[in-house]
Amino acid sequence: MSGILRYGSYVPFYRLDRQAAGIGRGERAIASYDEDAVSMAVEAGRQALGGARPDTLVFATTSPPYAEKLNAAAIAAALDLVPETRSLELGSNSRMGLAGLSLACDLAAAGRTALVCAGDVVIGAPGGARERDGGDAAVAFVTGPGDQAIARVRGSASSTSEVLDVWRTPEERFARQWEERFGIEVLAPVSLDTAKRALAAAGVEPAALARVVLDATNRRDVAEIPRALGLKSEQVLDPLVDSVGRAGVAHAGLLLAQALDTAAPGDLILVLSTADGCDALVLEVTPHIAEGRPQRSVAHWLASKRTDLPYNSYLKWRGILPFEPPRRPDPARPAAPVMKRHQQWKYAFHGSRCQGCGQGHLPPQRVCVKCGAVDRMSDERFADKGCSITTFTLDHLAYSLQPPVISTVVDFACGGRMACELTDAEPKEVRIGDTLEMTFRRFYTGQGVHNYFWKARPVR
Amino acid sequence: MASNGIKDRVAIVGMGCTAFGEHWDKDASDMLIEAATAAYSSAGVDPNDVDAYWLGTFASGISGMVFAEALKTPYKPVTRLENMCATGSEAIRNAAYAVASGAYDLVMAVGVEKLKDGGYSGLVVPTPDGDGTESSMTAPAMFSLLAPAYCKKYGVDEAQLKEVLARIAWKNHVAGAKNPKAQFRKEVSMDTICKSPRVAGMFGVFDCSGVADGAAAAILCRAEDAHKYTDKPIYLKAFSIAAGPNEGFISGDYDFTTFKEVVVSAQDAYKQAGVTNPREQISMAEVHDCFTATELVLMEDMGFSTRGEGWRDVLEGRFDGDGAQPVNPDGGLKSFGHPIGASGLRMMYEMWLQLRGEAGARQIDNPKLGLTHNLGGQPGRCVSFVSIVGKDIG
Repeated sequence: MSGILRYGSYVPFYRLDRQAAGIGRGERAIASYDEDAVSMAVEAGRQALGGARPDTLVFATTSPPYAEKLNAAAIAAALDLVPETRSLELGSNSRMGLAGLSLACDLAAAGRTALVCAGDVVIGAPGGARERDGGDAAVAFVTGPGDQAIARVRGSASSTSEVLDVWRTPEERFARQWEERFGIEVLAPVSLDTAKRALAAAGVEPAALARVVLDATNRRDVAEIPRALGLKSEQVLDPLVDSVGRAGVAHAGLLLAQALDTAAPGDLILVLSTADGCDALVLEVTPHIAEGRPQRSVAHWLASKRTDLPYNSYLKWRGILPFEPPRRPDPARPAAPVMKRHQQWKYAFHGSRCQGCGQGHLPPQRVCVKCGAVDRMSDERFADKGCSITTFTLDHLAYSLQPPVISTVVDFACGGRMACELTDAEPKEVRIGDTLEMTFRRFYTGQGVHNYFWKARPVR
Repeated sequence: MASNGIKDRVAIVGMGCTAFGEHWDKDASDMLIEAATAAYSSAGVDPNDVDAYWLGTFASGISGMVFAEALKTPYKPVTRLENMCATGSEAIRNAAYAVASGAYDLVMAVGVEKLKDGGYSGLVVPTPDGDGTESSMTAPAMFSLLAPAYCKKYGVDEAQLKEVLARIAWKNHVAGAKNPKAQFRKEVSMDTICKSPRVAGMFGVFDCSGVADGAAAAILCRAEDAHKYTDKPIYLKAFSIAAGPNEGFISGDYDFTTFKEVVVSAQDAYKQAGVTNPREQISMAEVHDCFTATELVLMEDMGFSTRGEGWRDVLEGRFDGDGAQPVNPDGGLKSFGHPIGASGLRMMYEMWLQLRGEAGARQIDNPKLGLTHNLGGQPGRCVSFVSIVGKDIG
């Protein structure tokens, strides 16, 4: 028996108002210009980890920042996982988020502790359904032994279908989708069959389900399930179409996280995701749920937002709309040996603290600026430490996809100072003394190299 | 251990300076030839008489060959050096120390920078390969941190400070309008300065110095030999450099209203020169007004103004060309732009003209002691240079 020990979610700060953009109703979540599937997975992973020490990391995405190079490695580094961590990466279709969770539960049954992160930045050709209906988000689960789980696996089922439903070649930016009615014809029976098999494996009657999460490349592929299983509408979870949009590999997990946010011990949950086949899990919530919840619920993330982003800024952020660059040099590509030497700083955000006088140093230093002690530093992770603005400026000259750059000097409450970029903030609202939290971001891409590091943001 | 200085042991006996500006038609080598030739001629020496050279350039060439190949100096020692915005000043300092040591009789300090070929706004700093975590702040953003910090510490409201900063820009442009070598030779109204487009924080375009090309050169010898070359040498009283350990971005104590490096280098220079009351004893100063707020804070760091009172001195005109203590009488970086390797020597060129009574419309009445100052880096982490020069020995 295995199950979910902890979980975490992440919905980016910005939303695209579909009506204002002229593409529909409601909102969809959009990753900021400095976010991608990896950085969002790190945010969800931080929420999920707590004190857990996974030995395996599974990352799922259909929008990998690197086509070749393990994206999961950057996540492991940013989450400060031990180098002995086993890592796997899943992609190619939106089912791989739930498939990853299902796999991680199997790994847990074999005695391992796995962290599964799923994150996606879903783009579509301007004006199309994919752009309108997609969403950007991330979710993470830690799986382990059933006796410690907040939700135990009662049963699962899978199926695989070779079908041309949603597809994209590596050379293409936007995925295509075959005529919906064809997908429904082929995938709806697969979805229903998989759901039934999962419930049978769990020995659970549909009426006993407290929550049902249904996710598919086309919502109508799973639309028949509630009627066929005799579910009541209150059993089926709102798919967040008008607040997030369908967040690719993260979507089924995000809805599951939302279900767990309010679940009671004993609740039975069916979660199902359809794309080129189907995966389904039946989970039973345990009394551990009370202590296994993350600091921030899905509802919390949904309430923390900014919705007035112009549509053309969104298109610029995604690289769809060309724009006039500033008269400044393109950002330089970071160098591989320097990044490797400074990995604990750049990814894990470790500074150092003088053991002689207590002075904090970011980046880590060997010689203390206060007392001059040499090599008497201890390592310290600042990623989850709070800080506040000592002074700041708005830089209209610096290169950015969202000018002006808000440059701050921050002081950590635990002692330590650094010059730090502020993100997810409204320039006019920034004040000296504002409290901030750190967030892992993709600063820019120079010569095909993604430059990840930490920024600060107002506490969300 | 001590910073003993070389007061009155070395003199400048000839100088040359190009016009500063957008020299689309000149290479760095053209500007070096112009500045060096003018300096030779000013000292009345043949190039073969000069024993050694110190070339300051930030990024317009690598090694002493930049100069040797331009001027075809015959196998002389040429040292190329760099110390950020203090590069030009560092050339004078090293050249002077070489003369004081007795190693050479006659040397040249020369500086050049070619900034306008890059096509960028503002200064572009070449940096070593990095890990991508370095701060992306541009120079105006770094220095704009001074303004709100100053307001907060001394209870000056932002509108008041904006006027103070504009007053500094206005003053330096008034001076530059009288200088045929300046990049900008027009007065600019307070209104235009205040309404200029924002660049960073409180800074508008007119709070920032320009980007220019230029070169300048000085010929130095032992003080006792000075009159062989000119009737009116100027004497070097003090040199000081302070490179900071980046306390400002590590220690929570730093509040962005001062440059500790400037305080330390100024005090060291005053000690070497025997200056005890800089507000009264320094007749004039060329300081590093890369941004208006920098100049304000410098007035306090160098002891020209009491802490928290510099802004009043600015508004009262103390530092105007006809004020009690003229600052940037040649127009400063505001009017000249900042070709990095040349700026420190350009400042010294104004001292040369003023102390010899050759500054024309800008001439200050009988100056005795002058100060030049450069600052490279940003508030909290920088290198600061201060020199003091005088008309007479003693």
